[in-house]
Amino acid sequence: MLIYALKRLGLAVLVAVVVSALAFLLLRASGDVAIALAGEGARSEDIENIRRIYGLDRPLVVQYLDWAAKMARGDFGTSLFFKTDVHALVLDKLPTTALLALFSLIFALAVSLPLGILAALYPNSWIDRLCLALAVIGQALPSFFFALILMIVFAVMLRWLPVSGSDSWAHFVLPTVVLGYYIAPAIMRLVRAGMIEVLASDYVRTARAKGLSSSSVVLKHALRNALVPVVALAAVQLGFLLGGSVVIETVFALDGLGYLAYQSITHKDLPVTQAIVTLLSLIYVGLTLAADLANAWLDPRIRVGSGT
Amino acid sequence: MAVLLEVEGLTVDIATARGTLHAVRDVSFSLQSGETLCLVGESGCGKSMTALALMGLLPRAAQRSARRMRFEGNDLAALPERRLAELRGARMAMVFQEPMTALNPAYTIGDQLTEVHRRHKDSTMAVARERAVALLEMVGITNAAARLGQYPHQLSGGLRQRIMIAMSLMCGPSLLIADEPTTALDVTIQAQILRLLVELQRDLGIAIVLITHDLGVVARVAHRVAVMYAGEIVESASAADLFAAPRHPYTRGLMASIPVPGATRPGDRLGVIRGIVPSLIGDVGGCAFRDRCDFAQPVCARTVPVRSDGGHDWRCILGEAVAA
Ligand SMILES: Nc1ncnc2c1ncn2[C@@H]1O[C@H](COP(=O)(O)OP(=O)(O)OP(=O)(O)O)[C@@H](O)[C@H]1O
Ligand code: SF4
Ligand SMILES: [Mg+2]
Repeated sequence: MLIYALKRLGLAVLVAVVVSALAFLLLRASGDVAIALAGEGARSEDIENIRRIYGLDRPLVVQYLDWAAKMARGDFGTSLFFKTDVHALVLDKLPTTALLALFSLIFALAVSLPLGILAALYPNSWIDRLCLALAVIGQALPSFFFALILMIVFAVMLRWLPVSGSDSWAHFVLPTVVLGYYIAPAIMRLVRAGMIEVLASDYVRTARAKGLSSSSVVLKHALRNALVPVVALAAVQLGFLLGGSVVIETVFALDGLGYLAYQSITHKDLPVTQAIVTLLSLIYVGLTLAADLANAWLDPRIRVGSGT
Repeated sequence: MAVLLEVEGLTVDIATARGTLHAVRDVSFSLQSGETLCLVGESGCGKSMTALALMGLLPRAAQRSARRMRFEGNDLAALPERRLAELRGARMAMVFQEPMTALNPAYTIGDQLTEVHRRHKDSTMAVARERAVALLEMVGITNAAARLGQYPHQLSGGLRQRIMIAMSLMCGPSLLIADEPTTALDVTIQAQILRLLVELQRDLGIAIVLITHDLGVVARVAHRVAVMYAGEIVESASAADLFAAPRHPYTRGLMASIPVPGATRPGDRLGVIRGIVPSLIGDVGGCAFRDRCDFAQPVCARTVPVRSDGGHDWRCILGEAVAA
C-alpha cells in the first residue's frame, strides 16, 4: 500500500509540474503581457521598460522557474485591477468556492447514490423511470435557467431563502442545489450501471447463497465493488465544480473564486487569472491522487500484490 | 435413513425475448440424509436451474413452481424469502462452478468465512475465526490462520474452491449442493477436490447433490443418479443399477461416450450422440429425445409414461426387454 501510495504521489508531483508549466505558457501565449501591463495608449519605450523591469525579456524557461519559485513561496504578485496582493485575494475567495463545491458534491451523492442503487435493484420500475426522467431534465436544463426558476420560487415567491449574496449558510442552499443537480445524473447513471453489473456477479450470488440479509448483500458485497469507478468520477466532478462555478457564483452573486476568475478575465488581470488557474489545476491533481488512494482502499487488487 | 429432501413436480420457466423457456419440467426426486445424488446431463439440460430453484436463488426472469419441495420439515416452496435466507448457508449450502469469481474480491477470506457463521450462529468474531481455521484445515489448507488475512486474488483456483467448500460447511449444513465444482479446475486439482468431497461426506454424514456432466465422476461418488435431458429427469436409479443396466436410450448414449481407461486410445472417436438438443422454448410434447433416438416410433410424440422397476425409473416407451 505504501509503495503504491508513493508511486501515485510521485506521479501527481510530475503532473503538477507539467500542469503548472502549461498554465504558465497558455496565459503567456494569450497576449503580450508587457502591453497588457503598460495599459492602453502606452508608448513603445514604456513597454520596453516594463519588459525589462518584469524580466519578460529573459528566456521562457527562466521566467517559468522564477514564477514557479515565487508561487511556491506564496508570492503570487499584485493584482493589476484590485491593486492588492493576489495571494491574499485568492485565499480570501477560495473557502466560499470550496464550500460550495463540497456542498454540491455531498448533495449530488446524497441524491444519486440511493436513487442509483434503487434503480439498479428494480430496473424498469417506476423508480428507475423517475431517475431517468430526473437525469434527462438535469442534463437538458441550462444551469442558469434552473437557478433563476429556483430563485423565483423559493426566494421571491415563498421568501424561504435569500436571493443572492454570500453572508450566511442560507445563501449557499440554492447554488448548492443547482450545481449538485447538474452533476448528479452522471453519478447516478454510473452507480446504476455498476450496481446492475455487480448484482449479477457470481460473488453476489454467493453472498445470497450464504443467507446474508439483503442489506448486507447490497450494501456490503455489491456496493463496495460498484463504487470504484464512482470515486474517480466524483473526483473529476469536484474539480469541475471548483472550476465550473463561474456562472452560478455570478448568478447568485456569491463572492467566490469563480466570480473572481470572471472579473480577472474581463479586466485582463493576468496575475490573478494565472494564480486561479494554477491553484485549481493543483487542487485537481490533488483530487485525482485522493481518488486513486480511495480506490486502492476499496479494491484490494490494487493495493495488495498477488504473491502467495 | 430419513428423507432429507423431497421434490415433486418442480418446474422452472424463464421468460425470454423469444417466448417462455421451460428450463426444468416436472422434476421429482428425493434424497436421504447422508446420501450423494448426482445430477448428470449435457450442457443446458437444466441442472443448475434445478439447484438454484432448491436454494431459492433463481435469476429474476425465472418462475418456479412445485407440487412439493420439503427439506427438513420445511416447505421450501411456501417459505417467505426471509425464512428461506435463514436456511441458506445454515442448513443447505451451495458451491459453484467458478471458484475464480465466486468469492468477493474486496474482502479477505477470513471476513467471508466468518461472516456466514456470525450471521447464522450469532457467534463472536473469535469463535467464528476459530471455526474458520478448523474448517480450512479440514479441507486441506495449510497455514490456515495466515490465509484468513489474504484476498481471493492472491490464491489459486484450487485453493479458492477449497475455501468455497469450507465456507459452505461453516454452519454444519445437512445438505450441500455442488454445481460442477471441479469443471473450471485442471485435472489433478479436480481429482483432489472430488476426493475431498467424498471424505467430507463420509466424515460429516452430509447429503450432497453433485451436478456434473462427467459420468466418470458419477461412477466414483454417487449413491443415486438422476439423468436429465431437456429439463426432465429421464432416468433415475442407484449408481450400481444405472451402470449395470442403463434403460433409457439417452443414458446409454452418454455411457458410450465415456473414454474407457486402457481400451480407448488417445485420438479415438468416442460414441457421440448424433443430433442437437431441442429448443426448450414453447411446448416440447412427447419424448424430447425422439429426434436423436435410434428407437424412436410415432408414439414417442405422445406423452411418454414413466416405467419403474424397483428403485429404477425411466421415461421411455421401451420396456426393459426391448431396451436391453
Ligand atoms: N438467465 C437466463 N436467462 C434465460 N435462459 C437461461 C438463463 N439461465 C439459463 N438459461 C437457460 O436455461 C436452460 C437450463 O440452463 P442450466 O444453466 O440449468 O443448464 P445446465 O444443465 O446447468 O448446463 P451447464 O452444464 O452448461 O451448466 C438452458 O437452456 C439455458 O439456456
Ligand atoms: S420414448 Fe421413444 S424417442 Fe424417447 S427415448 Fe424412448 S424410444 Fe427413444
Ligand atoms: Mg450449470
